[in-house]
Amino acid sequence: MANLINIKKGLQIPLLGASEEVLRGKVTSEFVRICPEDFHGITPKLVVKVDDRVKAGNTLFYSKDHPEIFFASPVSGVVTEVVRGEKRRILNIVIKADSEIEYEDFGIKNVSSLSSEEVKQSILEAGIWFLIKQRPYDVVAVPGKQPRDIFVTGFDTAPLAPSYDFMLEGQEADLQTGLDALAKLTSGKVYLSISTKTKSKALRDAKNVVITEFNGPHPAGNVGVQINHIKPVNRGEVVWTLNAMDVALIGRLFNRGRVDLTRTVTLCGSEVKQTGYYKMLIGTELSSIFNGNVTEGISLRYISGNPLTGRKIAKDGVLRAYDSQVTVIPEGDDVHEAFGWASLSPKRYSSGGTYLKFNKKYRLDARLLGGPRAIIVSNEYDKVFPMDIFPEQLIKATLAFNIDKMEQLGIYEVAPEDFALCEFVDTSKLEIQRIIRTGLDLLRNEME
Amino acid sequence: MKALRKYLDKIKPNFEEGGKLHWLWSTYDAFETFLFVPNRTSRSGVHIHDARDSKRTMIIVILALIPALLVGMYNIGLQHYTAVGIEADIFTKFIYGLLAILPQLIVSYVVGLGIEFAVAQFKKEEVAEGFLVSGILIPMILPVDTPLWMIAVATAFAVIFAKEVFGGTGYNVFNVALIARAFLFFSYPSKMSGDQVWVRTRDTFGMGGGQIIDGYSGATPLGQINTTEVSSFSDFTFTGITGEPLTFTDMFLGLYPGSIGEASTLAILIGAAILIITGIGSWKTMLSVFLGGTFTVLLLNVFAHNAYMEMPPMYHLLLGGFAFGAVFMATDPVTSARTEKGKWIYGFLIGLLAVTIRVFNPGYAEGMMLAILFMNAFAPLIDFYVVDANIKQRLKRVTNKA
Repeated sequence: MANLINIKKGLQIPLLGASEEVLRGKVTSEFVRICPEDFHGITPKLVVKVDDRVKAGNTLFYSKDHPEIFFASPVSGVVTEVVRGEKRRILNIVIKADSEIEYEDFGIKNVSSLSSEEVKQSILEAGIWFLIKQRPYDVVAVPGKQPRDIFVTGFDTAPLAPSYDFMLEGQEADLQTGLDALAKLTSGKVYLSISTKTKSKALRDAKNVVITEFNGPHPAGNVGVQINHIKPVNRGEVVWTLNAMDVALIGRLFNRGRVDLTRTVTLCGSEVKQTGYYKMLIGTELSSIFNGNVTEGISLRYISGNPLTGRKIAKDGVLRAYDSQVTVIPEGDDVHEAFGWASLSPKRYSSGGTYLKFNKKYRLDARLLGGPRAIIVSNEYDKVFPMDIFPEQLIKATLAFNIDKMEQLGIYEVAPEDFALCEFVDTSKLEIQRIIRTGLDLLRNEME
Repeated sequence: MKALRKYLDKIKPNFEEGGKLHWLWSTYDAFETFLFVPNRTSRSGVHIHDARDSKRTMIIVILALIPALLVGMYNIGLQHYTAVGIEADIFTKFIYGLLAILPQLIVSYVVGLGIEFAVAQFKKEEVAEGFLVSGILIPMILPVDTPLWMIAVATAFAVIFAKEVFGGTGYNVFNVALIARAFLFFSYPSKMSGDQVWVRTRDTFGMGGGQIIDGYSGATPLGQINTTEVSSFSDFTFTGITGEPLTFTDMFLGLYPGSIGEASTLAILIGAAILIITGIGSWKTMLSVFLGGTFTVLLLNVFAHNAYMEMPPMYHLLLGGFAFGAVFMATDPVTSARTEKGKWIYGFLIGLLAVTIRVFNPGYAEGMMLAILFMNAFAPLIDFYVVDANIKQRLKRVTNKA
């Protein structure tokens, strides 16, 4: 019997546009784009040039600070363009994909017979090390540092989040292999957190891990919340974090001997006509699933990821490296709502008591719905922040970049995503995730 | 509304960067966002936002204050017509009170918002809504006969020196409305206390003129017990302005001389209900103020050696500004303790101090104002210890492991 942890604080935002659990097919695109900015904390050094041929699994670039971290191409084809932005920062690497993908062969390996170092080398060489992130700082894990433990979340509670049970169908073996591989990477334990609602046998009966069941609203599925309840990160400690889908991708490497970054992705949101799940490689252009399938006549916001932590993408944008969700919501910049402060409209949603509550799903757009202010209301963040941390005080310490206070208040335990709900409910409309991200980056520069 | 939107869109470029009237951008923005929800969309972080904002929050607080304000208006008329001995219907009394308060509200808003707009303009920031609440609170906690110029001076002092110098709404240490009152209380004590200021005996805009009746006394109930010669509470009775004893109903409804907004416990409880249901006011703070007050009174009752010390808790909670302070002043999130545990301590100490000041200091018949201001200063300290406990626990985790 697994341990059960009940999360009471939090918020399940009732959004319209939840996805039907139907697999609608495979999506491919002529061009595949990889965006190095997805891999936070990495300065990319290009290995390929324009017109180079690559196979799936060949290195596109590596990390400047940790040259052993390679980043694999998800497809085979020809590099056609390297798009650069300010200060020659690489925005994306464009690959014209072959119609039939040619894979670099890494050889099928039996994880149980490999040593810790061999497992690590296999993942690094295959260029999918980026799937492992670390706390503190919420960046791609540094391979040289031994993690105290590894935490894997087996469910997603974000608004309109995909069902792991559904996505894991057919990947049960890969998941277990991935978990076995992770177990080799730490002298501590691998903790797998599952939802009380999960029916997936692969998750419930996973071997070689410590299973903890979680019950409660978002952000119960955030790995940061789970760590805080299971075994919090202390100063000087490093833990690695992943989600179960990424673990399965690692397992796939060992089971098939090749880098196959195909994800099952949910297309959801109030503006999508036909929701559902698609299989696609990371970096795949999404226009083919948007065309004719979204509301017309209003401006829309396309998001790779969920509406709380996802990235805004263009209509012809691509699936970003870590996402299993693509959401389309109204942008709202064409809406002029009169006297919002006096509104009794049932279309407005608030988690607090200042609006009437209806038991229905809401169609929310991307407006801030107010102006930025100083922090005024108290106990707002606490209600959606189920960690043993004072969110407001930590945010203020981070704004002031008071390193001592940040450490004391638990900065090493958090990631920006843990503050997403705080940012959603905030009366003062502060960009809290950006504040935390900036604070973590500054702190990392300071400490390393 | 569409025509208005078009007009706003037409004039907007003038106020934007490079426009002729760019220096008035904050003012334009304040009016535009008052009329329409801004259509600015999120640039980083979450893509969706909760519908509540600072404007909505402040409007709800004002809504919660309205019942107390309305009863206060009626009470002014009631006290006036009783004092001059003229029969008048409810409506006339209410109109009299309305006319008495309206100029004060206007002065407080014009002065306060004027400063807010000017400062926002100067700092090139959006105009914060905080003063919408302070502006209505200031007249409500003053005697009805406070001269308008005093309100103007006190408001200006409070907004500038209690708020703007600290950085504006959200950064102030002390409650702005209470600073305005404290400023007047210490600068013009004769206009803020005693038995001459709580009932308007003259006419208002020519309405309700007349001669004061014989036996009139304008002392507040707390003023009465503060100055009484009676040594035991059982021999003491609270009286209205004509010398008639005050009933519990009078006290509960707030029909006795006092500051405009603070007398009616019923209206304040309605306001409290609005604040608690909408989650804007902290029930923890409110409850702990009442608990702190009750605890202290009961303690005093045990060691009582005069009438005031013998007064049962009920009267303390019903009379004067205790309930008003607990519900609308102590819960001000900016100046209150911000941690949940801190709120319990903060509220309890306010109740304790308010009663202590009332009973032991005959100079200050009303202890609530000073108690809250005092605790405003200590709120950060309370929070410090609450947060420090969390920090210690985190440190302990490391040392336990090692």
